[in-house]
Amino acid sequence: MKRKTAHLGMLLAVALICSYIESLIPFYFGIPGVKLGLTNIVVVWMLYLIGAKEAFLISILRILLAGFMFGNPFSIIYSLGGGILSFIAMLLLKKTNRFQVVSISVLGGIFHNIGQLLVASLVVENFNLFYYMPVLLSAGFITGFLIGILAQELIARLKGRL
Amino acid sequence: MTRRLGKNDRWLLLILAVICIGICIFFYLQRGEAGAVAKVTIAGEVYGTYTLTQDQTIEIKIDGKVTNILKIQDGTADVTKASCPDHLCVHQKSISRENETIVCLPNQVVIEIEGAKASALDSMT
Ligand SMILES: [Zn+2]
Repeated sequence: MKRKTAHLGMLLAVALICSYIESLIPFYFGIPGVKLGLTNIVVVWMLYLIGAKEAFLISILRILLAGFMFGNPFSIIYSLGGGILSFIAMLLLKKTNRFQVVSISVLGGIFHNIGQLLVASLVVENFNLFYYMPVLLSAGFITGFLIGILAQELIARLKGRL
Repeated sequence: MTRRLGKNDRWLLLILAVICIGICIFFYLQRGEAGAVAKVTIAGEVYGTYTLTQDQTIEIKIDGKVTNILKIQDGTADVTKASCPDHLCVHQKSISRENETIVCLPNQVVIEIEGAKASALDSMT
């Protein structure tokens, strides 16, 4: 139990580092505050190595802490929208047991950005923001793909060692 | 775990890529011409519509307080000052084509460019 708590703490720290790096990258998708979703790598990793419940807990904690440390209340709601939607999509796809890490990560990347777009549209009550959907979808696909390959390597190497 | 991509993965990725590309093409074909007016909405309510042909500076006010300053110059609209904590609306590029937007999430302000047709429809309703 102690070991597990330490393990979760370490994962949270890694996730926060990813958030920090992400907050340093100025990336404009046309909608302010929208993030690339690099932290998804930790979420994918956690889904495979420690299980869904823990992965969800760490993701939410990461979003709240990162929001207080490197963001503002608005970056928290964006991240929650993206984080929760992408988590559900990845969990459902993983449950089918028919797909590899890369597919799960790509789906997560796409839904991460759809989630952020939905939250932004709801906050300003203006659905014309969907104008930015093509950029967001493509970016989600590409980052999801790259993160998936990286996550697959990590999982293959770290499995059984932690 | 040994193979990177199975058969299912290839199909899924192919389908997702086709959907992404399809949506990109669809939006590209629908993309607008140079716009005619900048429409400002606050929390979904229309605040005002301003022609792009005339250079002007608009103070967007909520409850009497100036929240964002919109500057229209040479047919483009830009937010030059804002009261929000993140100032992301100020950092966004100026806009001039139909359907482009500048968003200020904290103030719930959206500035969008509309073409001549859409703005004529708006004034009728
Ligand atoms: Zn703003």
